[in-house]
Amino acid sequence: MAEATVSSKRVERPLSPHLQIYRVQMTSVSSILTRITGHALMVGVILAVWWLLAAAVSEPYFELANAVMTSWFGKLVMTGSLWAVWYHYLAGLRHLLFDARIGLEIQTAERLGWACILGSVALTALTLVIV
Amino acid sequence: MTYLTDRKRAVGAGASHTGTAHHWFMTMSSVALAVMLPVWLYLFGAAIGGTRDQVVAAFANPFTAILTALVLVVSMRHFAKGSAVMVEDYAHGTARKAGLIFVSALAAVIATTGLYALIRIAL
Repeated sequence: MAEATVSSKRVERPLSPHLQIYRVQMTSVSSILTRITGHALMVGVILAVWWLLAAAVSEPYFELANAVMTSWFGKLVMTGSLWAVWYHYLAGLRHLLFDARIGLEIQTAERLGWACILGSVALTALTLVIV
Repeated sequence: MTYLTDRKRAVGAGASHTGTAHHWFMTMSSVALAVMLPVWLYLFGAAIGGTRDQVVAAFANPFTAILTALVLVVSMRHFAKGSAVMVEDYAHGTARKAGLIFVSALAAVIATTGLYALIRIAL
């Protein structure tokens, strides 16, 4: 048995999933992005809740939190969170469509993935213009 | 002869052991958030950059206060249950238990802190 295992390991087998020629799919990328944006949003939520808590507590505390919130770091987090929330929003709507048995054909699902990415960028820009 | 019905023997036998309860909760909370978030994002975005008095006045508004409280509670439960799925996907044994406790506790701490701030501002 042991010899058989050793000899079978010498057989040249193709390596999966062929990392150099692996074509990523829109369906998997859009799914992974949903999970990443959902978790990354916690950074923005923590900053926003801290800022709200500081506003509730005292003037000096608010000045500190507001300085962070309106700094380049705070703006980066808030703008990133805005895109993340719109992406997660559209991807969530797509899940509701999937649950209703709509858009499950591969080509349609891939188009919906692109719609989530492009739509989230457009909605982020629109929100920044309005607010 | 068995007294168990077919349904009784099937309950809990699926991969989740809890049927569709988790999925249905995510569906319900996502619909709630889909309705609330566009309005809330506008109100929150408009409040950023103001003085403390302006921010306090914005969140003391009954509509803004109630909407913010709802968004906080629903989104943090949505996060806790969504993140739990990721923990269950990647962690096993003690790490899984610790991860599940951590994401649930994190969501609870954030929601409660936000509600405390809202109550101090709005009342």
